[in-house]
Amino acid sequence: MSRLSSSGPQTADAPTPEDAFHETAALSDRDREPRHGAAADGPMLAADGTPLKKSLARALRAQKLRALALIAPLLIFVLVTFIAPIADMLFRSIENQIVQDTLPRTTAVVQDWNPDTGEPPSEAVYEALYRDLFLAAEARRHTRLGQRLNYEETGMSSLFRGTGRDVDDFGEANVETLEDLDDRWEEAAFWVELTSGEGGEGVVDAARERYMRLADLSSRSPLGDVWCAVKGVFAETCDVAPEDVDLGFSLSGTFAETFPRTAEAYAEFAVFMALEEGETVADDEPWEAVYVALDQDLRALSPEELAAYDGPNADALRAAQEALAEVPPVDFRAAFLNSDEDWADIDNWRTIQTYSPPYTTGYFLNAVDMQKTPEGPALRDADERIYGLLFQRTMFMSLVITFSCILLGYPVAWILANLPMRQANLLLILVLLPFWTSLLVRTSAWKVMLQQQGVINDVLVWLGLVADESRLIMINNQFGTIVAMTHILLPFMILPLYSVMQTIPPSYLRAAKSLGATNWTAFWRVYFPQTVPGIGAGSILVFILAIGYYITPEIVGGTTGTFISNRIAYHISSSLNWGLAAALGTILLVVVLVLYWAYDKIVGIDNVKLGG
Amino acid sequence: MSDAVVITETKTLPFSFTLPVVAAAGAFFGLFVGTAQGSTLLGIVGGAVICAALAYVALAMAGVDQERTFKWAVIALFIVAGFVVGRIAGAVVGGLFGWFLGWFIYWIGRGRYRMFLPPYLTSGQVLWHYTFRVICGAVFVFLITPILVVMPLSFNAENFFTFTPEMLSFDPEGYSLKHYRDFFTSADWQQALRNSVLIAPVATLLAVSFGTLAAIGLSSEHVPFRQAIMAILISPMIVPLIISAAGMYFFYSRIGLQGTYLGVVLAHAALGIPFVIITVTATLVGFDRSLTRASANLGANPVTTFMRVQMPLILPGVISGGLFAFITSFDEVVVVIFVGSANQQTLPWQMFTGLREQISPTILAVATILVCISIALLTTVELLRRRSERLRGMSPG
Repeated sequence: MSRLSSSGPQTADAPTPEDAFHETAALSDRDREPRHGAAADGPMLAADGTPLKKSLARALRAQKLRALALIAPLLIFVLVTFIAPIADMLFRSIENQIVQDTLPRTTAVVQDWNPDTGEPPSEAVYEALYRDLFLAAEARRHTRLGQRLNYEETGMSSLFRGTGRDVDDFGEANVETLEDLDDRWEEAAFWVELTSGEGGEGVVDAARERYMRLADLSSRSPLGDVWCAVKGVFAETCDVAPEDVDLGFSLSGTFAETFPRTAEAYAEFAVFMALEEGETVADDEPWEAVYVALDQDLRALSPEELAAYDGPNADALRAAQEALAEVPPVDFRAAFLNSDEDWADIDNWRTIQTYSPPYTTGYFLNAVDMQKTPEGPALRDADERIYGLLFQRTMFMSLVITFSCILLGYPVAWILANLPMRQANLLLILVLLPFWTSLLVRTSAWKVMLQQQGVINDVLVWLGLVADESRLIMINNQFGTIVAMTHILLPFMILPLYSVMQTIPPSYLRAAKSLGATNWTAFWRVYFPQTVPGIGAGSILVFILAIGYYITPEIVGGTTGTFISNRIAYHISSSLNWGLAAALGTILLVVVLVLYWAYDKIVGIDNVKLGG
Repeated sequence: MSDAVVITETKTLPFSFTLPVVAAAGAFFGLFVGTAQGSTLLGIVGGAVICAALAYVALAMAGVDQERTFKWAVIALFIVAGFVVGRIAGAVVGGLFGWFLGWFIYWIGRGRYRMFLPPYLTSGQVLWHYTFRVICGAVFVFLITPILVVMPLSFNAENFFTFTPEMLSFDPEGYSLKHYRDFFTSADWQQALRNSVLIAPVATLLAVSFGTLAAIGLSSEHVPFRQAIMAILISPMIVPLIISAAGMYFFYSRIGLQGTYLGVVLAHAALGIPFVIITVTATLVGFDRSLTRASANLGANPVTTFMRVQMPLILPGVISGGLFAFITSFDEVVVVIFVGSANQQTLPWQMFTGLREQISPTILAVATILVCISIALLTTVELLRRRSERLRGMSPG
């Protein structure tokens, strides 16, 4: 053992390849100067004949590569398991693709609407909404969108849910006219014959892409292909990727050209049947939306134009045009208003328009108690502001906790640093034991201590300091959170303070006293300034830990003693407003990183010590 | 302060000092006894008078020669008095107070409190010295009481979270092992225990193997972007748990790891890595690099050098880093709640649900077991730290 340790001091002096590298560099510089009779010397050579400089540079490069190769696995591991999730959270705090994915046609046309006119949008917008909502309702995705928009405008959720139920019946009269006219309109095979052909692939692919975005189906990446190939080796089959599923149907190009709306609706129907039900269009008659689309298309065509159409079943189409001329066209706006009058509400449409873009600052505005208004971001009404209050409370309580930790930790650190080693080590155990004890154990212990029938109240009642009927309420409020968290975080204050105080020689205090300082002056002017770095380190550490705490406030905090983290957890698991949770988390993360940066400047992250 | 032991001579102090001090202490305790019995004033006066009288007896009659006899007499007196007032619990409290009073009378009356202090201190300084000790003692009590209170409560025979009268009177009926039995027979708790035991060691193994390699790489002098890499590797320790949990929940649900055993293990390994990096890097700071060069010089290949020379020397650091990683995973609740599903319910998660919903003292039995585990881990880390410092030629401490 002693031989090992005696070789320690050599470390600093031991030559490294880098030293040699610099030396040779200096040597070769000197070589360049013209020297008499230097021609025979040449550059210095390594044993294998290469120039020494080159050989050392190679050695250095090899060392760098080896170090990086050792670090790489962990770095990749942390990037994938930790940094990527954080990045995902940051992304979610601005991501808003759900509106565009669910209502692609509506968001495109509603942009032209000017809410300041005070008029609801035009019939074209209602028609687009009908087509979007019909598909979304079939895929059961409309409620999700309603929930999302409900965060911005109350009532949107029920609006979407209710109309999603009714949307099948829009244009009922026109659909029935078509079906009563000819039984063939209700046959799946007839429709297949009507629409099949070649050249309509573009329309079908667009429908497939729209549906995949709506239903959150992602196409398979090259990585997924590799994974499937691996599974293939073990004779396991992969599901067919959604972009490769065979629809069992091919759209006619001429049909798509003459009847664009019908082709689009029928293509969506085909995609839905294949991806969702695992069937083909030949298995079922189409949705009402397809009939309504055909009605629209037939009205848009003049009888002459239709006469020029020579696809299959052209006669049935001509008969349909004549019959449909007898009934009024579908009034989408009236149908929506009939389902729910709120569809005429400007505010609802304004919300859809405002949240159409795929990225939004809406969650962040929400997280700082603001909202989007026609005049730009503005503060919410005073009674709706909760997050400002919550951030303030989190900051305030963390400060109180930090301050109590300083107050309680300073004397303890002082006595640990000034007692003889043996006694100090014994007392240190009393600090380290809580540090090592499970957080849940300590929190449950505080629950036992603080509750109204708990140990502290029992003792106070037994001593007669508190009457039995007026037991103190110390839990489920701010007091409970502060006491429990001070206890939990106190070791994080004591340990840095202790390690700083250990380095202060006791002779400084004695010198100050012998020069005539009073106890207080000696402490305040001589000792205390030297402990400030320890206080700083401990405070930032405790503060960083405190503002992100979740478990303890959740258990002993009740409603008034909770932190911003409890709200984040609530939005993730109960209200499911993930975007808002991500925005709140991002703000908290920024605060912590700024503090961490300060900590690094003051203490240096390399100086973090664990366990004393 | 007490570098040099100064023994100040002791002598019997005048009664004009001793009696009021002891009487004040007696009044303080009498206050509680009096309030508990219904008459505060009587308690204060009675306490003061009794204590002052005892002090007079001790210093004027018993003296130093019969100090031992006197102390036992006082203890016996208070045990009897306590038993009359409050049965067995009263007797215990009375006995403790009697022991304290006997010691306190001589400590004050004979001036023993100055024994280890420099003789030139003023009375004010002496008073402050002891006040300071009392304050520190109070903080230590604050630190340790919650943990100590949990232990006896876990043997409660009732389903209460507080001491029952039977427990206070040390009636064996009041104690039982039923909460421990609950823990060992309940399917939920056993499942939780099994999950904890399955998750923590695997996460630790991952963290330690990746972390040690990376720490060795980082300790090399020629690492590009060292600061940035270090910041990334330490970040799981800095980022608040709720944010890590939220991010992991979002991301792991995207890639299908949410609610799986693998997902929880990966998440916990990521959380444990900073601890391994920090402890192993700290150990490597004192590592003598010429040893590996010597080993290479003597013909060992890098693997042999690592296994036979470097590893044995940094092993204490690796193990204590591993213990930190283990305890991080074993104690972790927030991330597992979000990343795991009901099948990955661990002990802390079960405790968390227990504390929030149905409050059963089984939690306290589990808590006691966990405290015992912590004590074992703490001892191990402390022993390893000392061994590591001895290996590196530093004096332990």
